[in-house]
Amino acid sequence: MKSSRALSALAALTTLGLTVTGCSTVGEESSDTSTDSSVVLVTHDSFVLPKALKKKFEQESGYDLVVRASGDAGQLTNKLVLTKDDPIGDVAFGVDNTFASRALDAGVFAPYSFDEPAGAADYALPGDDDHRLTPVDNGNVCVNVDDTWFADHDQAPPKTLDDLTDPAYQDLFVLPGAATSSTGMAFLLATIAAYGEDGWQGYWSKLMDNGAKLTAGWSDAYEVDFTQGGGSGDRPIVLSYDSSPAFTVPKGAKTSSTSALLDTCFEQVEYAGVLEGAGNVDGAEAFVRFMDSPEVQAALPESMYVFPVVDGVKLPSDWARYAVQPTDSYAVDPADVAAHRDEWLRDWSDITSR
Amino acid sequence: MTARTRWSNRTRWSSRTRWSSLSRPLALAGLAVVPVLVLGVFFVLPVSGMLQLGFWADGSFDPGAVLEVLGRPRVHRVVWFTVWSASVATAVAVLLGLPAAHALHRLRFPGRDVVRAALLVPFVLPTVVVGVAFRQLLGEAGPLGFLRLDGTAVAILAGLVFFNVAVVIRVVGAAWESLDPRPGEAAAALGASPAQVFRTVTLPALRPAIVSAASVVFLFCATAFGVVLTLGGLRYSSVETEIYLLTTNLLDLQAAAALSILQLVAVVVLLLVAGRLRAVPDPEVSRVLARPRWPARGDVWALTSTLLLLVLVAAPIATLVVGSLHVDGDWSLGNYRALTTNGTHQALLVPVTDALVTSLRTAVDATWMSLSMGLLVAFTVTRRSRSRAERRVRRGLDGLFMLPLGVSAVTLGFGFLITLDEPPLDLRSSPLLVPIAQALVALPLVVRTIVPVLAGINDRQRQAAASLGAGPLRAVLTVDLPVVWKPLLAAGGFAFAVSLGEFGATSFLAREEHPTLPVVIYRLIGHPGPMNYGMALAASVVLAATTTVVMLVVERLRVPSVGAF
Repeated sequence: MKSSRALSALAALTTLGLTVTGCSTVGEESSDTSTDSSVVLVTHDSFVLPKALKKKFEQESGYDLVVRASGDAGQLTNKLVLTKDDPIGDVAFGVDNTFASRALDAGVFAPYSFDEPAGAADYALPGDDDHRLTPVDNGNVCVNVDDTWFADHDQAPPKTLDDLTDPAYQDLFVLPGAATSSTGMAFLLATIAAYGEDGWQGYWSKLMDNGAKLTAGWSDAYEVDFTQGGGSGDRPIVLSYDSSPAFTVPKGAKTSSTSALLDTCFEQVEYAGVLEGAGNVDGAEAFVRFMDSPEVQAALPESMYVFPVVDGVKLPSDWARYAVQPTDSYAVDPADVAAHRDEWLRDWSDITSR
Repeated sequence: MTARTRWSNRTRWSSRTRWSSLSRPLALAGLAVVPVLVLGVFFVLPVSGMLQLGFWADGSFDPGAVLEVLGRPRVHRVVWFTVWSASVATAVAVLLGLPAAHALHRLRFPGRDVVRAALLVPFVLPTVVVGVAFRQLLGEAGPLGFLRLDGTAVAILAGLVFFNVAVVIRVVGAAWESLDPRPGEAAAALGASPAQVFRTVTLPALRPAIVSAASVVFLFCATAFGVVLTLGGLRYSSVETEIYLLTTNLLDLQAAAALSILQLVAVVVLLLVAGRLRAVPDPEVSRVLARPRWPARGDVWALTSTLLLLVLVAAPIATLVVGSLHVDGDWSLGNYRALTTNGTHQALLVPVTDALVTSLRTAVDATWMSLSMGLLVAFTVTRRSRSRAERRVRRGLDGLFMLPLGVSAVTLGFGFLITLDEPPLDLRSSPLLVPIAQALVALPLVVRTIVPVLAGINDRQRQAAASLGAGPLRAVLTVDLPVVWKPLLAAGGFAFAVSLGEFGATSFLAREEHPTLPVVIYRLIGHPGPMNYGMALAASVVLAATTTVVMLVVERLRVPSVGAF
């Protein structure tokens, strides 16, 4: 009797304690359940929208914005494809030009055109004839070099993809792999664009023979192995973005210690689109328009490390000064990517794991 | 007393109880119904949803296409790597863990509790951070770079051992702690050397716990994901990384389904083998709490290897701590001060401190969920069975709850999305989804902790209680609860730690406004920005410290445990 009374007292106390101190999530309002007055955005985990802008959207459109963000662009696309009969939201942002064809082929997005601001149309997805996807931002995956390192070693940094296979740069290049990183995939596509569907395999053999090092993700390559990263890496050539040099300006210095090789770039474009079968079409369309509005476009560099697609948007001063965009970058037809991704990745894995 | 007389005793006793032949299966069903339902909705349903997409790829049932996948040479390579790497890592973890379990649970020395709690820290650290820490240590420019281990299978094995040795220490330690020292002392008095005592007395008594720990560790190793990719430099693929690639990148659900089936079959086989190896003639043991003693000369080897283990575990963590205390190459607390902000360039929606609160609250939920389900399961599977069929059902239930350990988090995550979308199961955006998923991951550990203890209770004690007029509930409260109380606390601590560190399923389900700490760390480390990397390291140190504190508190509550896996 004694122990059972003690037990119930303990149980009651514990329950009380948990509820009062808020140590549990039970009973918490589910803040992101969709209602008639909300619009649900499905996106990847790199999505960041400053709070003020979120508020602005909610005030102007009259809808609450509910964000469901997880995974990378690939996971996002596959989620949308798998749930296309019963979409998990109203609008999606973050499908990029390497995955867009898969989403379009599966019928994930509904057509929506509006009077796009000048410049955006230049980034339209080839083959998207019904205008289901609206370009929002762009950025380039480029090889970056540590200029300080090369200056210290009295060596000229590489310039082109071919240079990377030059024995002068042996064991100096680190890059994330194509199978596990979208950045790595972009580089694979750059080499496919540069050397052709039958030539890239030879290039990669030479690249690997020259001591290129593969990592699982971008952070691994940049933060651990790159000489200018967070750790104390020893490789002065890394695969990163055209915007990266803006983040390596030493305090008080006038130049960045790194630069992007503009002849090695692959352009990534991210799109927004209204989901087929969306519950709140009006809200979804308002959100797509909002993403191309001047305020959001201006906030993109600081919040998501990408460039705006709309003309005439002012860049942050660091970006304007240090982040140089290539005038011409490599591209692969999105339909080709969709058709060959599997085969290319398999060949790539065979070459690189040899 | 021989087994025969014990058995007849038991039947005589139990015939006096009021259980009729029909109410027993009903009671069994009644106890099991809640956990089975939860497992059905949150595990079986989502996983079968994904498998169905693989088998019915073009609308028609096509098992041939799935089986064809298993014939690919690449799949053979992947399976072989998974099997050997997990086996070797498990063996090493057991070999390193045994002496430490002895030192930390049988001996008494200053700082023992802190070491015990500290060794559990790797278990909760996010793989992505540990991966980076390991690579800074082993990388070409790192202090251990001369070993040339970066990107080799040895690095992967070291990572797997680092993460899992805590399981061996805890599981075996709990059993060792309550082992009656007298048979060993008797053997020694009869002239057996310490090695002989260990081999002939101690080891056989510990076998069930060792097998349990090894099987859990094997499952953890075989489904490891981040370690294989990060430390293997992409040269190695395991079944788990392959499923991830096939599902999230290639959307090749047929191949993913084939590998998932393979995983499930492998888990079932493993459980059967482990069940065989674990079985001892008489699970009922007299639990004696041996007072921990001061180290003697014979304990030198155990203490030395514990020290070695501590160094192995501490080295990567030390790189984390040192890294977290540096800003722009100088010593600074800046990274820690930044934890209350949203990171450089607003990389985060919520400050790390908020994420820590979310993590703790989620862990509280996951803990009570896994404990209550685990208790129900444990009670169900440990009641004495009357018939062979009944025993089979109970064994099956026991194994069923181990399955979540062997299934890829991606499969589960995508499965949630496609199956839990219709009322009454429209749970895709429920705030409880994260703690439920974590509770499922922790459940096997809870069950494995409690089952052996409950099985060790002599059924006659319950019958005695019943014959004295106690109802079934009263009998449980007076007989079972006092024994199971302390292992329950230990299991709770484990569940809490699992929840704090869980990343795979959580990253899939976490809500944008309420991310957990590992999700935030992952996000920080993946984004450029001068402070983000340092903040990720600082946040990991905070996660590790939180875990240590929680473990120390649980140790205080725990008093000596009588639990065993």
